[in-house]
Amino acid sequence: MVEEIKGGPSVLYIDRHLIHEVTSPQAFAGIDKRGISVFRPQNTVATPDHNVPTLNQHLPIKDELSRFQVNKLTENCEKHGITLYGLNHPYQGIVHVIGPELGITQPGMTMVCGDSHTSTHGAFGSVAFGIGTSEVEMVLATQCILQPKPKKMRITVDGELSPGVTAKDVILYIISKISASGGTGYFIEYAGPAIRSLSMEGRMTVCNMSIESGARGGLIAPDETTFSYIRGREFAPKGADFDRAVSYWKTLVSDDDAVFDRELQFDAADIEPMITYGTNPGMGASIGARIPEIYEVEASARKSFEKSMAYMGFEPGTEISGRKVDYVFVGSCTNGRIEDLRNVAQFVKGRKKADHVTAWIVPGSKQVEKQAHEEGLTEILQEAGFRLRQPGCSACLAMNDDKIPEGKLAVSTSNRNFEGRQGPGARTMLASPLTAAASAVSGEVSDPRQFLGSD
Amino acid sequence: MAIEKFVSFLSTAVPLPIENVDTDQIIPARFLKATTRDGFGENLFRDWRYGKEGEPKREFVLNNSDYQGSILVAGKNFGSGSSREHAAWAIHDYGFKAVVSSFFADIFKNNALNNGLLPVQVTDEFLADLLEAITADPSVQLKIDLVGQEITLLSTGAKESFEINPYKKECLLNGYDDIDYMMSIRDKIAQFEASRA
Repeated sequence: MVEEIKGGPSVLYIDRHLIHEVTSPQAFAGIDKRGISVFRPQNTVATPDHNVPTLNQHLPIKDELSRFQVNKLTENCEKHGITLYGLNHPYQGIVHVIGPELGITQPGMTMVCGDSHTSTHGAFGSVAFGIGTSEVEMVLATQCILQPKPKKMRITVDGELSPGVTAKDVILYIISKISASGGTGYFIEYAGPAIRSLSMEGRMTVCNMSIESGARGGLIAPDETTFSYIRGREFAPKGADFDRAVSYWKTLVSDDDAVFDRELQFDAADIEPMITYGTNPGMGASIGARIPEIYEVEASARKSFEKSMAYMGFEPGTEISGRKVDYVFVGSCTNGRIEDLRNVAQFVKGRKKADHVTAWIVPGSKQVEKQAHEEGLTEILQEAGFRLRQPGCSACLAMNDDKIPEGKLAVSTSNRNFEGRQGPGARTMLASPLTAAASAVSGEVSDPRQFLGSD
Repeated sequence: MAIEKFVSFLSTAVPLPIENVDTDQIIPARFLKATTRDGFGENLFRDWRYGKEGEPKREFVLNNSDYQGSILVAGKNFGSGSSREHAAWAIHDYGFKAVVSSFFADIFKNNALNNGLLPVQVTDEFLADLLEAITADPSVQLKIDLVGQEITLLSTGAKESFEINPYKKECLLNGYDDIDYMMSIRDKIAQFEASRA
């Protein structure tokens, strides 16, 4: 922290700034208009992800506006001396996938990006949050941001997760309990044995969706899992520097007597595979459950609930599973990492995708794509009737051509089920990669556990 | 660079009694391909406002000429979801100067304040009263007084005070741009960097 403005926010120094093509052009325009330079270009890393096609990336981007925006990013980075991993670069990918996999993300850092899912990086015990474009401009101009101190919440998940229950189910469960606005104003620390047992990929999935509860950031104290993930990565400290870094990182834990503004405790045994049935991420339930009846919904929320049901074309009180699925999307900064592709490949191995389902599997980065090829996942997926596309945000927000058609029902591993999020009129149910794979195979919304042990 | 000073004002209001209005509704992602800040108002609430062929949906409040004004009054948890500042730009570009709700998402609130769009947070009860009053009579006026931090429903005189960060209030009232301030402390920032090295 550089200073505290009297009666106002703190001036927070930013260690790492990530940028992409959609929320940065107006910030660079602001810098140019002021006639100033980027203050610390070496602390910013750029990649195009939101707007890129996921097929034929070697060709010029067809959509004129998208091409212009992606080119603008290249132009701005060249002009200001910012490292860019452009399309076809071996490090290109979704900004929140490449930061960790390149070792750019490290414990104790402050990190921001003009994207709300910047909370992902909190999985490493970094203070990471999404910002708007005016703030991107501020970071480019001064490497600092004005930030009031957030409230603190700790969510502890005790016990052990059951087979078939993954990190995605944990976070969908938490959001279903605290609602899509329950985290607003807070930074959340996730703790407890069930969280500790997660891989780094799983922890990133949990922290990623903090914003879906309204919390700007979510974090997990770093431990051996964290350190061994970082070791050897491109931009991680090496040799004696790494050891020194680890001894500092080990100090990044909440004090035993730390006081939180809100504490919540959940039991892993209560968590089943989860799926959403409505139009905000808080509208989720166990996959074997029914959609609530209108009288079970809080009175003030009934109008929104009814609007949501009308959009989804669902009847209150009906079974969630068993609905015919048209599309399955595996990817995004929530679930586009190598572990997610492994889970899907392992599940579909020796099985076939249902004929009527269109499945899009989009790796989170060029490195994930490469690893999937090297591990033979691509072939397993192909044999089961799936095709791996090229990296990008894709159908998560449907800025490119990957749009779910109007009225179609998609089971998606992404993070938002808002109206039209995956394309105008598209209907989205959020779930884990396992549930998405099970639904792709059976052709209907399915509990992955019904397949477990049947191999 | 100075921004427009925010002054207290009177206006009729547009009711949007929907909760959890997310930024994908305010401005869908497919309209985020622009590289300037202008023109987003055209596509504000695009998919609620227009049909597939671009025909206005009559039932949506922005297509109802009875409701006009520079204040948007919306349900709880307004602006949730993505960090896209385009949402604040779209609302401001359309002509709104303030959004009233009983709860705002964090990033949206910041983005609004950085663009001279005032988020006015009121209680659930007051919001319900406002929505009822303006829905029933579109000519009803609201007064938003930033200096006194007060919002008044003129037809009944009912008023409520609202919170705003004192620093942000100062910026809005004087048209200060906080990047100007931050630029003025670049030396101090460099000292901070040196102290950590």
